[in-house]
Amino acid sequence: MIVAITGVVLIAFVIGHLLGNLQIFLGPDWVNSYAEHLRALGPLLWAIRIFLLVNLLLHIFYTISLAIENRRARPVHYRKRDYVKATFASRYMAMSGLIVLAFILYHLAHFTVRVTDPRFLLLKADPLNRYDVYSMMVYGFQNIFVSAFYVLGMFLLALHLSHGTSSFFQSLGLNDEKLAPRLAVAGRLLAWLIFVGYTSIPVAVLLHLVKPAQQI
Amino acid sequence: MIGSLDSKIPSGPLADKWANHKDHSRLVSPNNRRKFEIIVVGSGLAGGSAAATLGELGYHVKCFCYQDSPRRAHSIAAQGGINAAKNYQNDGDSVFRLFYDTIKGGDFRSREANVYRLAEVSNLIIDHCVEQGVPFAREYGGLLANRSFGGAQVSRTFYARGQTGQQLLLGAYQALCRQIAAGNVEMFPQTEMLDLVLIDGHAKGIVTRSLVSGRIESHSGDAVVLATGGYGNVFYLSTNARGCNVTATYRAYKKGALFANPCYTQIHPTCIPVSGENQSKLTLMSESLRNDGRVWVPKKPDDKRPPSQIPEAERDYYLERKYPSFGNLAPRDISSRSAKEVCDEGRGVGESGRGVYLDFADAIARVGENTIRERYGNLFHIYEKITGENAYERPMRIYPAVHYTMGGLWVDYNLMSNVPGLHVIGEANFSDHGANRLGASALMQGLADGYFVLPYTLPAYLAGQIGKRPATDHPEFRKAESDVQARTRKLLAINGKRSVDSFHRELGLLLWDKCGMARNAAGLSEALARIPALREEFWRDVRVPGDGEEFNQSLERAGRVADFLEFAELMCTDALSRDESCGGHFREEHQTPDGEALRDDEHFADVFAWEYQGNGSVAPPKLHREPLVFETVELTQRSYK
Amino acid sequence: MRFKLKVWRQKDPKAKGKLVEYEAIGVSPNTSFLEMLDVVNEGLVARGEEPIAFDSDCREGICGTCSLTINGEAHGPDHPGAACEVYMRRFKDGATIVVEPFRAKPFPLIKDLVVDRSALDRIVQAGGFVAARAGSAPEANSTLIPKHRADRAMEAAACIGCGACAAACPNASAMLFTAAKVSHLAFLPQGQPERTSRVLKMVTAMDAEGFGNCTNTYECEAVCPAEISASLIAKLNREYVIASLRRNAGE
Repeated sequence: MIVAITGVVLIAFVIGHLLGNLQIFLGPDWVNSYAEHLRALGPLLWAIRIFLLVNLLLHIFYTISLAIENRRARPVHYRKRDYVKATFASRYMAMSGLIVLAFILYHLAHFTVRVTDPRFLLLKADPLNRYDVYSMMVYGFQNIFVSAFYVLGMFLLALHLSHGTSSFFQSLGLNDEKLAPRLAVAGRLLAWLIFVGYTSIPVAVLLHLVKPAQQI
Repeated sequence: MIGSLDSKIPSGPLADKWANHKDHSRLVSPNNRRKFEIIVVGSGLAGGSAAATLGELGYHVKCFCYQDSPRRAHSIAAQGGINAAKNYQNDGDSVFRLFYDTIKGGDFRSREANVYRLAEVSNLIIDHCVEQGVPFAREYGGLLANRSFGGAQVSRTFYARGQTGQQLLLGAYQALCRQIAAGNVEMFPQTEMLDLVLIDGHAKGIVTRSLVSGRIESHSGDAVVLATGGYGNVFYLSTNARGCNVTATYRAYKKGALFANPCYTQIHPTCIPVSGENQSKLTLMSESLRNDGRVWVPKKPDDKRPPSQIPEAERDYYLERKYPSFGNLAPRDISSRSAKEVCDEGRGVGESGRGVYLDFADAIARVGENTIRERYGNLFHIYEKITGENAYERPMRIYPAVHYTMGGLWVDYNLMSNVPGLHVIGEANFSDHGANRLGASALMQGLADGYFVLPYTLPAYLAGQIGKRPATDHPEFRKAESDVQARTRKLLAINGKRSVDSFHRELGLLLWDKCGMARNAAGLSEALARIPALREEFWRDVRVPGDGEEFNQSLERAGRVADFLEFAELMCTDALSRDESCGGHFREEHQTPDGEALRDDEHFADVFAWEYQGNGSVAPPKLHREPLVFETVELTQRSYK
Repeated sequence: MRFKLKVWRQKDPKAKGKLVEYEAIGVSPNTSFLEMLDVVNEGLVARGEEPIAFDSDCREGICGTCSLTINGEAHGPDHPGAACEVYMRRFKDGATIVVEPFRAKPFPLIKDLVVDRSALDRIVQAGGFVAARAGSAPEANSTLIPKHRADRAMEAAACIGCGACAAACPNASAMLFTAAKVSHLAFLPQGQPERTSRVLKMVTAMDAEGFGNCTNTYECEAVCPAEISASLIAKLNREYVIASLRRNAGE
């Protein structure tokens, strides 16, 4: 249940974060002012960050302890195993989750702490004297390996969410016979929309549809 | 030696007997109940309900079953329903009418008083099961629904889809679980009773074998209740579960309990025909199918055309033709025998020629496929799984199969056998169905015995037994244990060539042939000659692998088949001695000119109860007769025309 | 038809088990899977070997005794249905078929393909009943139950207690089993007085047995011979949440 509740908070964050990021298509002004607004929140931003972090840690802690319990529940494994209904996504939640975690750590290092790409230090402030997040994103994604890892991360995130979203309703008992198939479809749809949304950014960058606002 | 049989039927008018009896029976006070330990063997509808109810009353109960959970007892497979005289349909039903239908259906070979009591408590069963949460079928208004069922002209059958037995059993099982949790009932699953222990002539315990560890153990009690079901598996192929057996009742018989009417076996008309020699069991298609299906065979013998190509004029709807007023709903024994007749005439259908059509085309045209699917969907599904055929498109093939056994250990009105302390309930006793059981009556009897009869009659015995429970180190227990062990060792030591199943199959075929739907003196005599030879071969040439102190399914079966091989002889002896036709016992020598069963009330209106004297021909069993007294009903020729 | 079987053989709980190969020759397509095993066993007995131990009783899909995992699927390929309802016509001639027991920690192995499922009984003993004393019930028609409610209760009550849900679940969770019983009684008016305590006790008992947790893979409902819907697990979760809140509120 804690997994479900923390999960839904994280889904909300993922959607919010996506909406923020998609502003890249509206030009540097939008993105940079969005980032500035976030930073201007000051202590509140930190409160949100800590809240999200706690959520994430709880989510991870409980899922891992569940996974351990679940492993213990079948000490002798089947020599041959076939699944009738269980999807790949549902069976590999722990794996997809852990890879996504690795991605998040890299992602934070990359764009939030900015320790992985020396070029970010060369970025100048934008005309309104804000940090040029827009250009940072574009430069970041111009590296094909970064983009590839980003897309892979998003793919696993979508896989994770394609099961996790509808799962939330089931685990909290908000499901019934009629809703179940619809929620399953809606959950998958949402997950892959999120995937498309996030991957559209590096793809657009690599196709030079979005260009940096400044040269370095 | 046993004197005359006292059925202990209370005096007074039929309708008051049970109430009077209860009013004057001895009771056990609540603080004394926990001092009594009751052994209940079997956990089906009868055993499960009895164990739960006795536990609830405060007795300490030990309940045994061979299955791995009491919920799996074979009562679970009953599909059709349970009768009760509620008259919810306003169609003229009453306790008397249910009583009358049941005693007439049994071809006047059961006790009036027992059957009347059964009809009387039938209503309590429905009330109780509803309260337990049994999800009986309902009407849109929320009232309980009923349907009509084989052999009745009123709708008095309550049902839960095609799974009535399962739901009633789960009700009893859940009640049992509650008592197990409360510590009143101690459950011993996967434990088979292998002997009854008598001390000073009273049943005071049993010897069991754990099917998991092979451990032989003694359990003592103040009374023993057998609820171990019927012996239909003596035929090898039957609708019974693989594990159903006669061992418990047969062991009790060998310890002095009388076995009554073993020749009364019921052949159910609507089963899926046998399809190959490896077949291990037969599957019943609920009789309720006969409400909408029409039974027919081609008029011409050896007509191999597919059913759809046989025109209406060339079909013989033989049940409708012979029994216009009951038609396809004629009682089980009659429809089964009719099916055998038409197949004997060479008009049977399917590859083996042992089958008749049950056709839903008319019903589908009348009410639509969806309605039929709603009513019988699960049965059509089972049929398709087993045969690979779609019964919405082509008629089902059905054939009779052994289904239920009316005979069983002899009991008096208190459900106690002639051995004091040994009570027998449900299918394991002989008491309520006479020579033929009507549809939806077995569930009724099992639950009546367990919930509402035994809890009233058992105290009458117990009241005089305070402090008489022996310890299990009593020499009688030691002796019974060593007998059981010796027998187990003997089975394992034979190390012959033939498997247990091969003997069982051979015995079954022989009985089906000579003591099945129709019997005659010559055939029965032949069977009686062949069974001892087969038994002798079994004890010489059977191979039971493995050893005794472990989980050993071959050994389990070997013990059961060994008992079947003795019991079969008793069954044929009874069938030969009952020189009349009645209900499920059809002697070809005794039939009306148009082929109906011809009873001989002057000579055979009594119960045949057999006393064990020793194995087979060495000392044939001794017959005791309990005359059936009919004060209320008039004995008539059963007519369903 | 002929088949190559790989069957799990294990003499007792402590022994080390392994898959052993057998041939099944001359099998009719209309033979049931269990009957095919019967025939293989007859052959083993004839050769003086120990037959394969496997559980079965009614052989018509209702008692819930049979417990085989066939080719990695609980009860084999013919869903919905129990292993006893699988017929050999479902397999390709010449196929290799792997037969294993139901595997879960709360189902300790007894021998070969036979496991102990008494854990399920203990879950019911914890509260899966209505405390109705024989003789105390009111007239059956005095409580009306709308048809659709009775039907839903029946759908939940259809569970045959085989344990395939736990055997098939990637986490060996018995949620579907527990959900079916909790829902059956929660749908009915007779089940209301004990509704709160029932779900709490049954879930506690289930956890104590060592079953895994539900991660909503729905493998259970796919193999359930009684077609119990996994939406009942949502109902179980709901019942559990409400019951926990009630208990915490001191009700």
